[in-house]
Amino acid sequence: MTDTLTAPVASRPPGAGKSSGDRHGRKRRPLGRNPLGLLFSAPYLLFVLAIFAYPLIYSVWISFHDFFFAAPGAQVDRPFVGFANFVTAFSDPAVIRSFGNVGIFLLINVPLTVVLSLLLATALNRITHFRGFLRVSYYIPYLTASVAVVAVWLFLFNGNGLVNQILGPLAPKPSWLISEQWAMPTIALFVTWKQLGFYILLYLAALQAVPKELYESAATDGAGGFRSFMSVTVPGVRPATVLVLLVSTVTGANLFTEPYLLTGGGGPNGASASPVLIMYQEGLQQGHPDVAAAIGVVLVIVVLGIAWLQNRFAGGRD
Amino acid sequence: MHDVRMSRGARTLRAVVLALGAVAFLFPFYYMVIGSLQAKPDPTIAGAFPNPANITGENYAQINDRINLFQGLLNSGIFTAGVLIGTMVFGLLVGYALAQLQWRGRGVTFALALLVQVVPFQLLIIPLYVLIARDYGLADNYLGMILPFFINSTAVIIFRQYFLQLPRELFDAARIDGASELKLLWRIAIPLVRPALITVVLLTFIGPWNEFLWPFLVTKETSLQPLAVSLANYISNVASSASNPFGATLAGAVVLAAPVVVLFIVFQRYFISTDIGSGVKG
Repeated sequence: MTDTLTAPVASRPPGAGKSSGDRHGRKRRPLGRNPLGLLFSAPYLLFVLAIFAYPLIYSVWISFHDFFFAAPGAQVDRPFVGFANFVTAFSDPAVIRSFGNVGIFLLINVPLTVVLSLLLATALNRITHFRGFLRVSYYIPYLTASVAVVAVWLFLFNGNGLVNQILGPLAPKPSWLISEQWAMPTIALFVTWKQLGFYILLYLAALQAVPKELYESAATDGAGGFRSFMSVTVPGVRPATVLVLLVSTVTGANLFTEPYLLTGGGGPNGASASPVLIMYQEGLQQGHPDVAAAIGVVLVIVVLGIAWLQNRFAGGRD
Repeated sequence: MHDVRMSRGARTLRAVVLALGAVAFLFPFYYMVIGSLQAKPDPTIAGAFPNPANITGENYAQINDRINLFQGLLNSGIFTAGVLIGTMVFGLLVGYALAQLQWRGRGVTFALALLVQVVPFQLLIIPLYVLIARDYGLADNYLGMILPFFINSTAVIIFRQYFLQLPRELFDAARIDGASELKLLWRIAIPLVRPALITVVLLTFIGPWNEFLWPFLVTKETSLQPLAVSLANYISNVASSASNPFGATLAGAVVLAAPVVVLFIVFQRYFISTDIGSGVKG
């Protein structure tokens, strides 16, 4: 029933229907017709400035200065050091490796996420029985704390855990989370599983917006299930796909909890360390926030670059 | 529906895919509960089925000895309640102002709410840590935990979306009668969007309740740590010294996961999938 409520998004965009009388009013009232709106929004605007805008700028500033933790209130000199923090960060092989690790993660996680969530959403979209139950079961991993589900995965994927018991002689040695080859793919699989429900819901919403007539005319043209999926569904949900690509990439770049807990802090041998994990170790444990900030700045630039590429090649012309 | 035209084979395939999906998503949760009740960890295939000879509540007692579960739940609750209050009070005000009031800066505010959602948190952890934990001295403090999550921007956008759907005439009529904007929000707008409120409460709830990285950074005092943090510390430090580390860890995991799962199942009929889509897309 709820699915009929499809995207009321731009039903009345703000500022629509602005008449010339409105502009007149603005001259007399510099804050608009309801200046109260600004008062209502003031706490939120303050919050965004203090928690997002200022720290964002501060982070870039820190990355270009010699910054260390000082006692609160102490006046210390923080000289400008140019790119020195970036050089320090990226002459460390562990940092380079962590970026490679996230690359492996994204190569596994992002395609798997797009394919599985679209597949499951399409299947779910067309059934009438068990729909509610299935939707809830797919969504539950997304709702649950990583820390809680990590505990089960540790139990499932440890050396003589259930997964290896089922695989028997096929089980990798050393086991999943302590193997240099398998640690990162296992984490990628974990995150795919955990987040999939969210993307399924995104696709379910997008599928409501694909006109039914397109399927009917595809069927008239003799297209089978697979053909109509490829030629109607896939292009029809393209905006959602772009969004799924973007969100899963950003989520992947934010990876911290899983390597911290599943592989005991990015092990074995740094094979599953993520940039955020290195930022935590370098910045807060070893007390070099400036180097950590530099890693963060580069990470964000890389993510923006990937997002731009995705948008360019998957987003189509619209 | 186009369902009729699907062949029997296609329909069977679809049912198999959906069922496999459900098993893959639900089995770990079932296994979590089973594992938390095992007196001795049994990772064999037979161990995936309940075995009356191997069932105990001991793991719950053991994890409670190591990390105070009640205190952890209480801390998670305070952290989450703070975020819920901030979001429900200030988020509703902004959402209403964005949808129903005309004021200078409305477009910019809406754009900010969208932009905030794509700001990667990883870039913010260092400056936020410096500001909140060091400069403001809010380490080991509930306020320091709550602050970065105080107003959920996705909630703001969902509120705006819902308030936009309400007919403006309704408000204009009440305004002519001399009702104040706060009264309009409280008496007319909020009662009309009640289902959306439940969705937003659920969405907002899971953020702080499940959050690990930030509270982990700002709380060193164990008596202040939310359950996600104390359980994570248990997994990474002390689990190896317990007699049944898996059982105890899984018992903690059940306690951490249960409130969210129960809340979601109880309220899932109010939970509207499209909300999330529109929340992210804007």
